[in-house]
Amino acid sequence: MSSYIVDRRLNSKNKSTVNRQRFLKRYRKQIKEAVSDAVNKRKLEDMESGDSISIPKKDLSEPVFSHGPGGKRSIVHPGNKEFVAGDKFKRPEGGGQGGAGEGQASDSGEGEDDFVFQISQAEFLEFMFEDLALPNMIKMQLSSDDEFNYKRAGISEVGSPNQINIVRSLRSAHARRIALGGKKRKLRRILREELAEFIETTPKPYSEKQKKHKLALEEEIAALTSKLNALPYIDEFDLKFNLRVKNPQPSPKAVMFCVMDVSGSMTQEIKDTAKRFFYLLYLFLQRSYKKIEVVFIRHHTQATEVSEEDFFYSRETGGTVVSSALELMGDIIKDRYPPEQWNIYGAQASDGDNWQNDQAKCNEIMVNSILPMVQYFSYIEIGQQEPQELWRLYTRLKAQFSDRFALSKVRDNSEIFPVFRELFKRQRVQKA
Amino acid sequence: MKHKPPQMPASGVAERPKTKTQRPHRRILGKQAPEENKIQKKTVRRNYISTSNEWTFELLEKYDREISRIAKDKFKLDTYPNQIEVIRSDQMMDAYASVGMPINYNHWSYGKHFLSTEQAYQRGRMGLAYEIVINSSPCIAYLMEENTLTMQALVIAHACYGHNSFFKGNYLFRTWTDAEAIIDYFLFAKAYIAKCEERHGVEEVERLLDSCHALMNYGVDRYKRPAPISVEEEQQRQKDREHYIQQHINDLWRTVPESKDKKSAQKKKRFPEDPQENILYFIEKNAPMLKTWQREVVRIVRKISQYFYPQRQTQVMNEGWATFWHYTILHELYDEGLVSDGFIMEFLASHTSVIAQPAFDSPYYSGINPYALGFAMMQDIRRICENPTEEDHRWFPDFAGGDWLETLHNAMRNYRDESFIQQFLSPKVIRDFHLFYLDDDDHIETINVEAIHNEQGYHLIRKQLAQQYNLSHREPDIQVFDVNVQGDRTLTLHHFMNNRRPLGPDTIEVVKHIRQLWGYDVKLHSVDEQGKVATTYAS
Repeated sequence: MSSYIVDRRLNSKNKSTVNRQRFLKRYRKQIKEAVSDAVNKRKLEDMESGDSISIPKKDLSEPVFSHGPGGKRSIVHPGNKEFVAGDKFKRPEGGGQGGAGEGQASDSGEGEDDFVFQISQAEFLEFMFEDLALPNMIKMQLSSDDEFNYKRAGISEVGSPNQINIVRSLRSAHARRIALGGKKRKLRRILREELAEFIETTPKPYSEKQKKHKLALEEEIAALTSKLNALPYIDEFDLKFNLRVKNPQPSPKAVMFCVMDVSGSMTQEIKDTAKRFFYLLYLFLQRSYKKIEVVFIRHHTQATEVSEEDFFYSRETGGTVVSSALELMGDIIKDRYPPEQWNIYGAQASDGDNWQNDQAKCNEIMVNSILPMVQYFSYIEIGQQEPQELWRLYTRLKAQFSDRFALSKVRDNSEIFPVFRELFKRQRVQKA
Repeated sequence: MKHKPPQMPASGVAERPKTKTQRPHRRILGKQAPEENKIQKKTVRRNYISTSNEWTFELLEKYDREISRIAKDKFKLDTYPNQIEVIRSDQMMDAYASVGMPINYNHWSYGKHFLSTEQAYQRGRMGLAYEIVINSSPCIAYLMEENTLTMQALVIAHACYGHNSFFKGNYLFRTWTDAEAIIDYFLFAKAYIAKCEERHGVEEVERLLDSCHALMNYGVDRYKRPAPISVEEEQQRQKDREHYIQQHINDLWRTVPESKDKKSAQKKKRFPEDPQENILYFIEKNAPMLKTWQREVVRIVRKISQYFYPQRQTQVMNEGWATFWHYTILHELYDEGLVSDGFIMEFLASHTSVIAQPAFDSPYYSGINPYALGFAMMQDIRRICENPTEEDHRWFPDFAGGDWLETLHNAMRNYRDESFIQQFLSPKVIRDFHLFYLDDDDHIETINVEAIHNEQGYHLIRKQLAQQYNLSHREPDIQVFDVNVQGDRTLTLHHFMNNRRPLGPDTIEVVKHIRQLWGYDVKLHSVDEQGKVATTYAS
């Protein structure tokens, strides 16, 4: 038979992965733009899910020679209904496009200006947070829940099967067999020699006594042999294992404080924008650093530490006393995150409104107990209004702590992502 | 060669004819009362290969055996051996994305095709091709796991016997491709390009491939018979070529001054002496700045483009031939009682949507469906042979009333789309399709209907339609005209305009690609019928 049927269903899939990666790499810039747009437009909940990305078709055309519109085109079409030879009719709007030739048919059939395709969630985040990093990550600390690497440390009697040291185990088995069987083996050798001598020196036929003697020798040799054979070739206590010990590795530990104003002056819109900022931050941290803790503080006249869920989704209102939050942040640092062990980052979002009398206190807390301890503190002020009290205060601080303090103004949602990128752009490691 | 039905509705398969729903009933009956079932079978005197629509490898083999028997013994289809591969839909997308080849070198554009295929497929905007078949020996055909048994049988008849015999028999394929060696050649190409990427960096190779791809359609000598692609020879000669080419090129670009009278004699001689239409070949052999590995890559793209060249010229014939044979062979199976009513109904449902031809004013219209036109013409040739009318005798005195099988085989072997339509498009097909001929001339205010399907129009329409499938009419005619050998090495190309049609908006981009390959300035003149330069593109 000339046909041969093969089942290829189990062959490797994703043959196109390389080509796909090349495409993503080539259009990195456009995809990144598309991702930024998507981040600005998306709802908070599906911020991180993979999605269809669309980039303009003209950017990724593969040019070839083709005919442009114009000149004389003659085309045969199917499906004539009422035309007769000699009919003339007006050219449809759009010039010579009327009777699309072979070459154009596929183009106009699609009727889309964008090339749309899917990327996965991981890829989406990759594009989203590319080139971003927490600045000033420098303090390395040993601690109990640090990462470990394993180091060889000789031989042990116990261990898991995958760590068996075969050479050592067999060597020990060999030694045991010699130790346990030595005496018997020696006796057997003597008996064998005796037997051989007997056979050599005694002429046949054997007398009854001689026969008995020979038989006794043979039986004794057989008994010894079976005893020797019963010695196990390898026994459990022969096993030797490679011993590996855990070696703690220093790794950077960081904590991120998210501070948000939820006071009455914060409109729902501003809150949404702030949420967006923190959410981005949260995604970013979750992704970039496995070992990072996040503390959520929200405040009006009083500050409370809340869970992530509460932070983003519950609503409260009241007046504004920023210092309450800063004070709480300072306390939490003192209690739980000693600065000598932790890299501390702060991010604050507010509409800039603050109780006038609170300004001095804010200043004091920032200068004395927060800014000296943090690696980086970023502040965004949200809203269309002119810069508020807090902004003025922080601008002064900025001059004082320029290496670790950043602030930015955000008018609406669409500005969040660019600002975010600006604040967390990967920088050269600075020695503080 | 992809076989993709135009806007094939998913329901084409899902919506099954009524006879089918009765079938499970019969099977249950058979299980419960085997004797009764036997009696029933005897009375219909049917000998179905299968009654289930689920395929198994044994069933595929059985169908293949029967189809092969009919194709070879009854209809004299001569084929390469078949290698039928069953794959999953995602593998089909992979195959789709790399121009249907099982192995191909890596390039971002294939990634792009993959992404758009994936998107369209997942959004349900498009059904995947039922099959992909590769012009090679053995002829590789892919069957998709998800297809029903009926569809698998259709694909086997269509691809493994239809396309396969076309690949083996048609003169263009015989001339331009070497089915034995193509898979090896693709392997060689993939390995070579991977090696280049390792040595010279992915980006460098990618830039080069981009430029070559832009000229892919200009890598063929239309009127010269090429040496068939052979992989051993390629590998053997590749090394020699490296030395030889460089020598030759150095000769061409010799900068040592020569005696004066020799110079003036040369001035009048153009290089190349005659315009060259194979731009990639010209660049491979003559570009001054290319490194030897780059020449090899240009050559690879050129050879692959040569491999696809016959397919671009025989779309209507190839698809028409394959469709005609799946239709004829499966009906033969039915007539022999090997397949059930349900089978043939399901088959007809999808066959009908494959050969659907939307009218020009339909939203689904995207040109003439090659399956429809090809199938109609093949069917009509058979009709003209078997039941000729007076009109047929007038139009086709050579074969009207003749042996249909021989006439069809002859058409398949010796024609391409253009000549096939010119020779075989009958008034009946023109009438059935309601073909009409439009003239859209930008010198005239209106669009004119030149001809319709009537006695005065048949010839005009046939001539025009044939012209439409002429590659040199469809694609701009661009040739290497001159190189300024003595001076600044500018390469001049001429676009010989046809019906005053100008070049498209991408032109300047392509010219930039040519410059990239050539290494020096490139000019492209659009020359009108009077020999006057209408437009110049320069880079």
